[in-house]
Amino acid sequence: MDRPNPLFRNLNSKIASLPMMLIVMGVFVGGTLWTVLFSFTNIKILPIFTPKQWIDGFVGFANYKRLFNSDRWMSCPAITKIGQESWQFKCTGAMPNMITYAILAIIIMISLGFLLAVMMDQKIRLEGMFRTIYLYPFALSFIVTGHVWAWIMSPEYGLQSAMRQMGWESFSFGWIADRDMVMYAIVIAGIWQGTGFVMALMLAGLRGIDEDIWKAARVDGIPAWRTYIQIVLPMMKPVMVTTFVLVASGAVRIYDLVVALTDGGPGISSDVPSRYIYQNFSANLGQSLSASTVMLLSMAIVLIPWIRMEFGKKSQA
Amino acid sequence: MSNTSPSVVPSGAKPKPFITPQRVLVYTVLTICAVFFLFPLYIMIITSLKNIQEIQSGNIFIPTMTPTLDAWEKAWNSACTGLYCEGVKVGFWNSIKITVPSTIVSIIVASLTGYSMANWPFKFSEVFFTILLLSSFIPYVVMIYPLVIITRELGIYSTLPAVVLVHTIFGLPLLTLLFRNYFASLPQELFKAARVDGAGYWQIFFQVFAPMSVPIFTVAVILQVTGIWNDFLFGVIYAGPTNYPMTVQLNNIVNSAQGGKAYNVDMAATILTGLVPLAIYFFSGKYFVRGIAAGAVKG
Repeated sequence: MDRPNPLFRNLNSKIASLPMMLIVMGVFVGGTLWTVLFSFTNIKILPIFTPKQWIDGFVGFANYKRLFNSDRWMSCPAITKIGQESWQFKCTGAMPNMITYAILAIIIMISLGFLLAVMMDQKIRLEGMFRTIYLYPFALSFIVTGHVWAWIMSPEYGLQSAMRQMGWESFSFGWIADRDMVMYAIVIAGIWQGTGFVMALMLAGLRGIDEDIWKAARVDGIPAWRTYIQIVLPMMKPVMVTTFVLVASGAVRIYDLVVALTDGGPGISSDVPSRYIYQNFSANLGQSLSASTVMLLSMAIVLIPWIRMEFGKKSQA
Repeated sequence: MSNTSPSVVPSGAKPKPFITPQRVLVYTVLTICAVFFLFPLYIMIITSLKNIQEIQSGNIFIPTMTPTLDAWEKAWNSACTGLYCEGVKVGFWNSIKITVPSTIVSIIVASLTGYSMANWPFKFSEVFFTILLLSSFIPYVVMIYPLVIITRELGIYSTLPAVVLVHTIFGLPLLTLLFRNYFASLPQELFKAARVDGAGYWQIFFQVFAPMSVPIFTVAVILQVTGIWNDFLFGVIYAGPTNYPMTVQLNNIVNSAQGGKAYNVDMAATILTGLVPLAIYFFSGKYFVRGIAAGAVKG
């Protein structure tokens, strides 16, 4: 008997997976390669990939040089005080804005989310109600979130004017109109949207911890807060890593929230990489592609803890 | 303190709740946070019920004594986006036209792929699956231009099929993971028994697995409907102006300040845009939580 061609073994499964394989190769791998490769060329329009176009347009790292020389992407002038040299820098531009947002969002969301999860874990009444309240913003669009907070934080009619009307004349809250503070305004809206999600993940992690650990700690007379910090927290490492990766990758991607809340303003003081890339689409394609590649690298950095954990798990087993 | 009393009952509900300083602290913190999370919803609702004079002269915290639904009516029917004045209802129907086919197509593709990965692995299927999972972290902007080229070459750029295709592509990693993990958790005896009885790939999927997978399909539908409804970027790039989804319309309405900003209309339009995902969330809380947790717990 003829042996069947191995290509046709399990044929139905391959046919059903064909769209996925096409998408992986054609879109995810192909598209990423396209972006990275053409970031080294001076193309102005969107070509289909042909080796000739790539070779003709090749300019090396020129786009990257221009990108990092652009003040809109990143500039770190030294703060000079009169009469003395200073080594202090203040960075502005899309990339530092994103990093500021990412660091603050990660720290605040994870600590607040963990705190809320621990409190929710105290066998409280109305747990379902509290969870529903904390999590509902996560169901909303960033566009919705952005517009609500833009209205609340509007200096003209929002919180600031309300406080002044109620007699607190010196109350000042004009962050979204202040170049130095606007990123913190975006952080507030981001925290409102995402902390419930972090809380839900942490609570699932806490509930997954063996009851016996608690019994043992109680028998040993260890107070609850120390059990949380010294025993439970280290056991939650996988959940923490996952949460970190999810929050950080969301921060790297941040786009809709900024568009709705400030649209990059005042001026361009709250611009972020995704918005920069999108805005430079027609005027500056090469720079836009090199910026995309930098974002890809940022994402790779964010993924390192997760990859290390997954890899570590396998080598132990 | 717990160590002064003999621990006869180590854990579980106490027979009678005591008011201790810790309990007071816990409830205080939880309540303060709840107020913070509810505050914007309250502001949205009371602002949308005011008229424009009350907004300019009044206080953002204080609800109006004469609530009116005028702003809601205007937001739905006649608010201006800069191009035309037909309100968010155009966007609402566009969002439905985008969400329904995108959800159906992406779930069909992902459920079959997940089933293949779990039960019918083939050479390199694990490699494809790993790349697929990593792809879920690629920033969307990296894929924008390649997808513009792909949709342009397919002749569908700036149409409804383009945005459906893009949602299917970006929904695939998470949904495939969801289905693969679910099918892998079903008892394998079931699969083997069906094989022994002579059932093939499609028969097992449609007659054995699909009927017992209603919960996971529900989770997938919730995940996709909320995700696609809330999308902004893909709608604005691939759908074309005549198919702009509700989020894009909302953004245009708020940003087109013709004759002064009408915050009451803006807030009514904002609530209307958030209404569908909020309704899904409130009516299916358990499944919603399962869906978002599924994305986090890698199998």
